[in-house]
Amino acid sequence: MSDVDSPPPGRPKAGSAPSGGSAAASAASAGAQVREWPLWEVFVRSKAGLDHKHCGSLHAADPQMAIQLARDVYTRRQEGTSVWVVRSDQIVASDPADKAAYFDPMADKVYRHPTFYELPKSLDHM
Amino acid sequence: MQASIHVSREPSVQYLLRIGDTCLILAQRLAEWCGHAPIVEEDIALSNMALDLVGQARAVLTRAGKLEAELGGAMHDEDQLAFLRDERDFRNLTLVELPRGDFAATMLRNFALATFLKLLWLKLERSADAELAGIAGKAVKEARYHQEHAADWVVRLGDGNDESAARMQAALYGLWPYVAEIFESDDIDEQASATGLGPRWSELRDDWRVEFSDVIAAARLVLPADRPFRSTGKSGRHSEHLGYILAEMQHLQRSFPGGVW
Repeated sequence: MSDVDSPPPGRPKAGSAPSGGSAAASAASAGAQVREWPLWEVFVRSKAGLDHKHCGSLHAADPQMAIQLARDVYTRRQEGTSVWVVRSDQIVASDPADKAAYFDPMADKVYRHPTFYELPKSLDHM
Repeated sequence: MQASIHVSREPSVQYLLRIGDTCLILAQRLAEWCGHAPIVEEDIALSNMALDLVGQARAVLTRAGKLEAELGGAMHDEDQLAFLRDERDFRNLTLVELPRGDFAATMLRNFALATFLKLLWLKLERSADAELAGIAGKAVKEARYHQEHAADWVVRLGDGNDESAARMQAALYGLWPYVAEIFESDDIDEQASATGLGPRWSELRDDWRVEFSDVIAAARLVLPADRPFRSTGKSGRHSEHLGYILAEMQHLQRSFPGGVW
C-alpha cells in the first residue's frame, strides 16, 4: 500500500489528454512496469446516505481482486457498507503547481458560504 | 501438564465436533500464512478468514459442550474442547489438517471447503437445534465470501501462466483423494438427519460437485478420477500431521492451565 497522500505513479496531470477510453494510453503507461500489479484507489461508504470517501490504496491484479482486497483491508472493523475501487492511473488530478491559481481566490469570498440561514435538521450531512 | 478430557460419544455431540473441529483446524492452517502471504493485502485477507473460522469453531464447540451436558455427560467449554482433547478425540476432516502447501494448494483447499461449508450452513439454518441454526445464519455469509475469494484465485491461477496452472493442477491432484471423506455418511449422520440436527453430509455431494466443477472448468483444470481411498479424520483416525498442529496449538494451555492474556 502506498502513502495515500502521494500521487499515484503514472497519474496524468490536469490538462493532459484524458486517458480513460484510450486503451493504448493506459497500456503504454503500464508497459514500463508490466510485472507490477496496478494500484487502485479505494473509496468506502460507511453507511447508506453518506458519500463514498477515499480511504487508501492497494495493489491488485484485476478489478474483482481489488474489490475483495479492499473489503478485507479497509472494512474489517465495520467501516463499510459499500466499496468502490478505481485504477489510480485513471484519476486525473489537479497539478500542485496550480494550487495558488486554482484555490487561493476562494479564500476571501465569504458570501459563498451558506452561513446566513439555518439548514433544516433533516439535512444531516451537508 | 494439564490432563486430557474425553468427550461424550453421543452422535449429536460428535456431529457438532466434526463441524467445529473442521473449522478450527482449517483456521489454524490458514493462520500459518500470517506474515507469509505473497502480498500484504492477501495476508490480511487470509488472517480475516482464519478468524472467521475460529469464530465459527468457538460457537459450535460451545454448543457441543452444552449439548454434552444436556445429554447427561460432563460440561466442557470451548477452550477445554479445543485445548485439552487428544488427537484421537478430534473429529475434523483429514483434508484440513494436511500441510498448507503452496498458495495454490491453500486456495484450492479453501475453495473446496468453503463450498462445502456454505452448503452445510445453508442446511443448518433449518436445524432443529435453534442455537445451531443461529450460528449457521451468521456463518453462511462468511462462507460465501470465502468461497468467492478462493474461487477467483483458483481461476486466476489455473487459467494463468504455465507455472501457476501447473501448481494449481498439482494441488488438485494432491488434495482430491481427501475430498471424498467429506461426503461419506455414517451412523452419526443418520442420527443427525433423523433428529433434524443437520443433514447427512452425503446429501451435499451433488450440489458441491456442480459448484466445484464449474470453477475447475473455468480454471481450465482437469478433475482427477475418483479413487477408492478414504481418509478417516471424521472418526478420529488422522494423518500424521494433526499431532504437530495440536502440539503447537495446545502447548500453552497444557503448560499453563487456564492461562489468559
